[in-house]
Amino acid sequence: MEFLLQYVAVPMIKILVVFMTLSLVVAYLTFMERKIIAFMQVRLGPMRVGPYGLLQPIADGLKLMLKEDIVPAGADRLIFMMAPIITLIPAFIVFSVIPFGPPGSIAIPGLGYEVENPFYITDINIGVLFILSVSSIGILGVILGGWASNSKYPMLGALRSAAQMVSYEVALGFSIMGVLILAGTLSLVEIVEAQREGQFWYVFLQPVGFILFFICGVAETNRAPFDLPEAETELVAGFHTEYSGFRFSLFFLAEYASMIVIASMATTLFWGGWLRPFPSVEALAFLDFVPGVAWFSLKVGTFLYFYLWFRASWPRYRYDQLMSLGWRYLLPLAIANVIVTAILVLVVKG
Amino acid sequence: MENTLFDSSEITVSMGPQHPSTHGVLQVKLKLDGEKVIDAECVIGYLHRGVEKLGENQTYGQFVPTLDRMDYIAAVSNCLGYCEAIEKMLRVEAPPRAQYIRVILTELNRITSHLLWLGTHALDIGAMTVFLYAFREREEILKIFENYCGARLTTHVFRIGGLEYEIYDGFEDQIRAFIKDFPKKIAEYEQLLTQNRIWIGRTRGVGVLTREEAINIGVTGPCLRASGLDWDIRKSNPYACYSEFDFDVPVGEYGDTYDRYLVRMEEMRQSMRIVSQAVENIPDGPIRAKVGKIIKPPVGDVYHSIEAPKGELGYYIVSDGSTRPYRIRVRPPSFVNLQALKQMVKGHMVADVVAVIGTLDIVLGEIDR
Repeated sequence: MEFLLQYVAVPMIKILVVFMTLSLVVAYLTFMERKIIAFMQVRLGPMRVGPYGLLQPIADGLKLMLKEDIVPAGADRLIFMMAPIITLIPAFIVFSVIPFGPPGSIAIPGLGYEVENPFYITDINIGVLFILSVSSIGILGVILGGWASNSKYPMLGALRSAAQMVSYEVALGFSIMGVLILAGTLSLVEIVEAQREGQFWYVFLQPVGFILFFICGVAETNRAPFDLPEAETELVAGFHTEYSGFRFSLFFLAEYASMIVIASMATTLFWGGWLRPFPSVEALAFLDFVPGVAWFSLKVGTFLYFYLWFRASWPRYRYDQLMSLGWRYLLPLAIANVIVTAILVLVVKG
Repeated sequence: MENTLFDSSEITVSMGPQHPSTHGVLQVKLKLDGEKVIDAECVIGYLHRGVEKLGENQTYGQFVPTLDRMDYIAAVSNCLGYCEAIEKMLRVEAPPRAQYIRVILTELNRITSHLLWLGTHALDIGAMTVFLYAFREREEILKIFENYCGARLTTHVFRIGGLEYEIYDGFEDQIRAFIKDFPKKIAEYEQLLTQNRIWIGRTRGVGVLTREEAINIGVTGPCLRASGLDWDIRKSNPYACYSEFDFDVPVGEYGDTYDRYLVRMEEMRQSMRIVSQAVENIPDGPIRAKVGKIIKPPVGDVYHSIEAPKGELGYYIVSDGSTRPYRIRVRPPSFVNLQALKQMVKGHMVADVVAVIGTLDIVLGEIDR
């Protein structure tokens, strides 16, 4: 009984809670995107469904679910249908290792049972590696989706995505190496703990690493100004041109879920995860009454806001410019950052 | 020739006629090598309505509203060119008061046309906020049109020999308020684009049109001026009362998309200068010359061209002495400017095709007529 509770029931509930919350956050992220960009552009955004348009994401979801699921005549049916799922699932799996709050156990009153580590599903000792490898599976869905559509625009979009995501993944990987050298661990929980013990959020020790990580992250998720794969004014909708209804919405959900992944990773690796600002300064101890989850959400929300802000402000890069930025500037900079960090750590720690 | 594994294969992509950024129903057949454009062919005619032929079956006055549907973004310019051409045939001249009001409305229309260009061009390159900002100011001008003649887009604002309507109360004030406000707004657009690294990267050196090429193709308007030729019909062959105003003609240097952007931005400022001079000095007097109820130009032909927002808009009209024109031929600026597309996109990337279509500032209603 105890075994079932500890290894089946509790994790299942945790997964369910994370999944439901995440789905809701993704849905309302689309809403916030429309609202925030609307306010930046002197308009109101959705206002019709519910007060201030608050029910708009639900209406959108319903609409997409009720639409006809069109599969083009020349498409490779099986792959065409699988592609959105291949893209969506990794984006959600990644959340199994992201710590939303501090470790520790909470007693549930009445049951006499203590839930261990309620704020994350699991903590594995290769967390960062796990995120990188799982999230890179998502690209496959994009490529397959574009290829299986048997249409030229999606094909071009898919080729762009493939090139873009692969090349930025390299720089992304190098940009977080600095943090790993400092923390000496791949577990996300331990990285945050190391930031408390080290007294500084890693963004202060790794500013270059953070900037590179965020730029590459924006490119990884195909968001403006790197939204080439779905550049709507050039390639109509890129790799998901031929998708309709619910399958289209899966791609859409995956994109927004990946945005949250990148924001969560930036928070965890560089901005101290669930820690309050300046965890070492005793004078700020009064901030401790704010729960860790709230700090985490606040930081993630800030990064998501940056995503939207970028989209409202900047034009789009061209394909070749994007490639040259990635390979000629970001990657060498990331590698230099790793080397400098390594040497400094060696010198300081002896 | 034997195909080897390393041969690059071309694909043909049909861009349009229902593509979000071909600005209407233009179809471009692109031959691509990967992302690189090898060849581009424009297919036009999807919006053909036979405007020129329609003119032969209507009286001179009846034809004017149809012309508004050519370049529907700059309907006032279309109207001005046609009315002046007929006035030239009739050897009458609109009274000074009408001339001034014509200039004010035409220049305001030039600003709306350029604002629409700016918004859609920026949107094509991915800067979506500029689009909504530009439309905000465009709305203010459209309100002035609406107050003046009741219509916003297809205004039918002038008549042969002058104007139909006297200006309304508060016309000048509304324009003054707009002029006062507008420089700040232009600065706002420029802040988002002019120094933006991505914007410069996307437009500098893209779609270069040298001076010679531009002249050979017959490109006119801001596209020609950006290529370095100081040619503006308002200066070189003044019509209406443009010679009475003080304004500069901005000229570019390299003839690339960025230069065309700068030229048009400056043109908006210059248009504002003209409007601000005109609105302070509107003379008193009649608003319409005596042309008679039935317009019967003498036998003969006339060519009259004006500087429309997109380039030289010319009307060639042949009269056989009856109440209907024998033949009307329109020289639309967009049609001629579009010829340059093929040359401008060759060797560039797919994304640049969109930028070049945007920078040419075409209107399909005018190309297909």
